[in-house]
Amino acid sequence: MTTPLLQATDLTKRYADTTVVDHLSFAIAPGECLGVIGPNGAGKTTTIRMCLGLTAPDTGGIAYFPGADGTALQMPRDARAIKARLGVVSQFDTLDPDFSCAENLLVYGRYFGLGRAAMQPRVPQLLDFAALAHKADARPGALSGGMKRRLSLARALVNDPALLLLDEPTTGLDPQARHLMWERLQTLLQQGKSILLTTHFMDEAERLCDRLLVLDHGRKIAEGVPRALIAEHLEPDVVEVYGNGALRLAGDAALTALAARTEVSGETVFFYTQDARALLGALAAHPQQRTLHRPANLEDLFLKLTGRQIREDA
Amino acid sequence: MRDHDAAGIWHPPQLSARWWPVFLRNFLVWRKLALPSLIGNIAEPLIWLVAFGYGMGALVGKVMVQGEQVPYILFLASGSVCMSAMQAASFEALYSAFSRMNVQRTWDGIMNAPVGLDDIVLAEMLWASFKALFTASAILCVMMALQISLSPKLAVAWLVLAATGITFSCIALIFNALAKGYDFFTYYFTLFMTPMMFLSGVFFPLEQLPRVVQAVAHWLPLTNAVALVRPLFMDRWPDAPLQHLAVLAGYALGAFWIALALTRRRFRA
Repeated sequence: MTTPLLQATDLTKRYADTTVVDHLSFAIAPGECLGVIGPNGAGKTTTIRMCLGLTAPDTGGIAYFPGADGTALQMPRDARAIKARLGVVSQFDTLDPDFSCAENLLVYGRYFGLGRAAMQPRVPQLLDFAALAHKADARPGALSGGMKRRLSLARALVNDPALLLLDEPTTGLDPQARHLMWERLQTLLQQGKSILLTTHFMDEAERLCDRLLVLDHGRKIAEGVPRALIAEHLEPDVVEVYGNGALRLAGDAALTALAARTEVSGETVFFYTQDARALLGALAAHPQQRTLHRPANLEDLFLKLTGRQIREDA
Repeated sequence: MRDHDAAGIWHPPQLSARWWPVFLRNFLVWRKLALPSLIGNIAEPLIWLVAFGYGMGALVGKVMVQGEQVPYILFLASGSVCMSAMQAASFEALYSAFSRMNVQRTWDGIMNAPVGLDDIVLAEMLWASFKALFTASAILCVMMALQISLSPKLAVAWLVLAATGITFSCIALIFNALAKGYDFFTYYFTLFMTPMMFLSGVFFPLEQLPRVVQAVAHWLPLTNAVALVRPLFMDRWPDAPLQHLAVLAGYALGAFWIALALTRRRFRA
């Protein structure tokens, strides 16, 4: 791996007797998109907050942008210098409701020391990028959820950052808005920017991320390239069976013998197998059940690693 | 930037020139609504002034200040302009700052840029002070138009009103840092501001109060602001100006430090 843009080492954060982040280390290489996934309460947002210097880790450190001479900027000591080169989209929009879209960008640029002369040519480009050129004079209150998120993304780009930290950038968006956001993030990656992304959407993680970090209870439980992680932890084929009486099939030895693993969740039985053909043949004897045959995906991996139980603190 | 966690929440301010874009942001929002807000800011104090000054003034006649008899309208005007500066600063540093900090999360957005929390608190303090001075200036203009005072020393009074705005902005930001919601500010207004209005010599001389109450009243920030501004309205220099200024400065510095520490604690979680 080349010299990383961000190197987090042995981060731990405790609140009272709860350990929210537990000896977590990770790095982001230039041009890479690193996805952080995990159930609610896994420590994703706390990790981002530590990366932003908003929460101080109890142990460990975060180094940014190492130079050729081996020195690096340290969070929180060098917070200002680091943030001058970061772009951040937080989980909740913090747009200025009293300013138009264009004014939001102009005002935000000033926080980076970018005056009117520097921002004047940039604002139309950024609005264009966010597909908001026609909304330049509209206030955030008049925008849809997707437009607001894109304006937040455009705002995070005012300083042309090398590294973007995005905390659930597509939560709450409809599929169209989500796809447009993904397209824009792909464009940024093609431009050579690096992204740290937290998400609850497994298709988002699989589509955008070069590498994934799976967190649970503050610990890193898996790390790697999405497809490789799936291949490492799961059988390639999944057959889902649901419908009236489907649950009885989970105890049918003739079927379970044809699967490497069998899981029940709600009203659905999941058969995980190296080759589904024999299983599908056997299931033909149960035509009243509905079956779905598909390749194993990231969601299967996520549920295998973190369990199917609802998190009560969610 | 030093390691701010080693030093806890009470370390010295870490300020930079980046407070200015935050101040400017507030100014640009306000500019959109300046005229209606100006009318709101000065109408109420002027109604009080007319009602009490002319109405009560006819009953009261003259009042003794620094050994000199002055018309009640001048006595009241010089006190109420200080009170208006106090109220304008407090409203801005409580309700408006809280909206930006907690409701709109404007501060969170700003802190993702290279602007520190200390810069933001300083900007909010100076912004609330600016609004207080703006309100007080408008009221001073009306008072001069009404020829309540035309003393050249009003220019000095204007500077004292700026200091008054700063002092009350700093104090209010402590309560902003502690607030869970807007309701909390009702306590601040009813338990702190309202008693102070009546104990600071705005409406009647402090000498009317029992001695014990007077002893406390002398140390209230508004009392010291009024003690400076009132003689200037009379075209005289105040007695013991340094002492009064020192009290205002002491409150401002102490309160700003506490407000910074409590705001840091609030954002640390």
